[in-house]
Parts: sequence; structure tokens; C-alpha cells
Amino acid sequence: MKTQDLINSLAEDRQLGPRHLERWFALALALGLGVSTAWFFAHIGFRPDIFSALKTIRFDFKFVVTLNLALSASLFAMRLARPDATPGIWRKALLITPALLLVAVVIELVVLPHEVWTARLIGSNARTCLSVIPLLAMAPLAALILALRQGAPANPGLAGAMAGLAASGMAATLYASNCIDDSPLFVATWYPLATGIVVLAGYLLGRRLLRW
Amino acid sequence: MAASAHEDEWSEWMRAGIADDTSAYHRFLCDVTPYFRALARRGMARAGIGNVDVEDVVQEVLLAIHLKRHTWDQTRPIGPWISTIARNKIIDCLRRRGRRVEIPIDDVLETLAAEETQAEPDQGEIDKLLVSLNDRQRDIVRSLSLEGSSIRQTAQRLNMTEVAVRVTLHRSLKLLANRTRSLTL
Repeated sequence: MKTQDLINSLAEDRQLGPRHLERWFALALALGLGVSTAWFFAHIGFRPDIFSALKTIRFDFKFVVTLNLALSASLFAMRLARPDATPGIWRKALLITPALLLVAVVIELVVLPHEVWTARLIGSNARTCLSVIPLLAMAPLAALILALRQGAPANPGLAGAMAGLAASGMAATLYASNCIDDSPLFVATWYPLATGIVVLAGYLLGRRLLRW
Repeated sequence: MAASAHEDEWSEWMRAGIADDTSAYHRFLCDVTPYFRALARRGMARAGIGNVDVEDVVQEVLLAIHLKRHTWDQTRPIGPWISTIARNKIIDCLRRRGRRVEIPIDDVLETLAAEETQAEPDQGEIDKLLVSLNDRQRDIVRSLSLEGSSIRQTAQRLNMTEVAVRVTLHRSLKLLANRTRSLTL
């Protein structure tokens, strides 16, 4: 077929994909989060002492970290739906979460006697953390990948990985309300490991499913 | 003429095309094609590949531009959007031939002179992929690829509704694009 012929047939095709990619992305985010939240309350739920926990700074700080991750990674991933994305400031915003964690860890090391460092780091829920966060991230990750498929990410692996990061931010927010380990030493160790699993899954899915 | 000088026209035509103006969209596709040709040739030269048919690469770029045209944010310049899609597709195409390809990130379109059509072989990659479609899909794509053919004529000839022809056309083009991609994997 000559190129001119192909152009003729392309010009006759008027069907257009969804132009409001950001809206689709937001919808996917809401749906994925909805599914995970329902699953969370059906099978896991808040920790029993949630109300007294809310009065402690360590517990509350977990949400500062996880919500920050969920928000910055979602905004970045949403940008990547378009091929000519200019992430600029959004990429930098991703550094806020690790910076927050780092500061919290340093403070924790200063205020805690070093005999309890190891105990706080290991906590009592490491294994649960590593399995529940990826589980809760599944629905948001799937929804975000589907939304990104409507777009044309220039780097499919990166877009998938960022969808994974956003999904783990949401999953970690839910999980943090159940977990009784509040020390930043625990959070800075196990949450990133769990997130890493999801990001890797997102990267691999992205490379397969987000090509166009 | 530099491509950037075309950008205003391109975005105007593309905008009209998205708003259903077939002839403006046709003009857009015809006008960008020579740039894709030049870009593909340059990529091939860089990668030291001589045995690839340039038109195969150009056609893949056109398919991608077409199927992903909704991802252009109309409030932004069209140039970077076009070059990112073209660059990605060309790299894909050439990588499939087993070579590593680098095409610089700067706005490639601006530095290129358009290249006019070369003699094209009748059996390109799209033709090979067309064989994998069903008879009706292939018939519709071929029929609409003829100069001056219309959806209405095609619908009458095939005894289909115009809507059905449109739907089949779109599905066929998507299938073609998917097949070119699966060649890459």
C-alpha cells in the first residue's frame, strides 16, 4: 500500500480516543481506591486503638508520608499519559516523600535510646506490611494502567512504575491505619520495600501494556 | 522551509480534523509525511541500516499519530507532540531490526528539510499485515485508501450501513497498529 493510500484511509476514520485523559485518570484513581478501601474494611479494618493512636505524632506522621506519596506520584503518573509530557516540577515533588522520611528517621534516632532501635525497626508486622501493601495496591495499579493505556506514554516502563508508586501510596495510606508499628524506623524500612515490589510490578506491566 | 513555520498550520488542521473536518485532517497528514520520511531516513543512516523500507517506517508513524491524536493537548504546541510520537515509533521500528538507535531529544522536526515521495514498492509491511485481517476489514481499508473514495460509496458497495463501515475501519486500523507492535516484541 502506498503511503498516500494509507493517508486516505486514515483521514476517513473519525473515531477519536478520549481527549480528557486526566479525567479518565482521576476516575481510575477513584475506582481503584474504592475497591481497595472496600476490601480493606471487609478483611482488615482499623487497628483497635485507632482513636488513641490518632493523638500520637508517630501514627499521624505515617499519613503525612503516605498521602504525600500518593498525591505526588499520582500527579506525576497522570502527566505521563501524554507523549509530550514535561514532568519538571512533578518529578521534583517525588523527592518530598523520601526527604520527609529521612528527617523523621534522624529525629527518631536522636530521641530514642539506641538499645530499642533494632526492636522498633523490626516491629511486629513486617511480613504483613510486605504482603498487605502490594495486595491493596493491586486494584489502583490495574485501574491506573488501564487509564494510561488510553494515552500514549513516551516511556511505557516509567509510566507503569509511576502508576505503581501512586498505587502503593494509596495502599500504604490504608494499611498505615491498621499497622501498630508507628516508628519512622519501621516505616522507612518496610514501607519502601513493599512499595518497591509494586513499582517493579508496575514497571513490568507498563512495558507490556503501555506500548502503542 | 523549517517545520516550525508549519506548526501553526499543522495545529490548525489537526484541530479542525479532531472537530471532524476530514479534508483539513487529510491535508495535515499529507503535509507532515515528508518530515517523517526525512526523520526515518536519518534514523536509519545513524543506525547504519540500509535494508529497511523507509515507507514502512513512515506508515507506522502515521498510524500512531492517527490513533493517538486525542493525546495532543490542544492548548500546547503540536511540534513536540508530533516529534515525540515519530521518534518513538521510528526507534521501535529500527530496534525491531536489531539495532540500537539514538535520535536526539531536541525538536527534530525543526532541523529537517522535508523529503518528497520516493518510488514506493507495492508490497510493504502494511500489506503483509492486511492479509491477517478478515476479508471485510481488508476490503474496507483498501477501498477507503483509494483517492476520492468515500464511506458512503463503500457502504453501498458492501451493502453495509455507513456506521458499520466506520466502526470496521477504525477497528481494522487499530488491529494493524497492534500487529506492527507485536512484531516488535
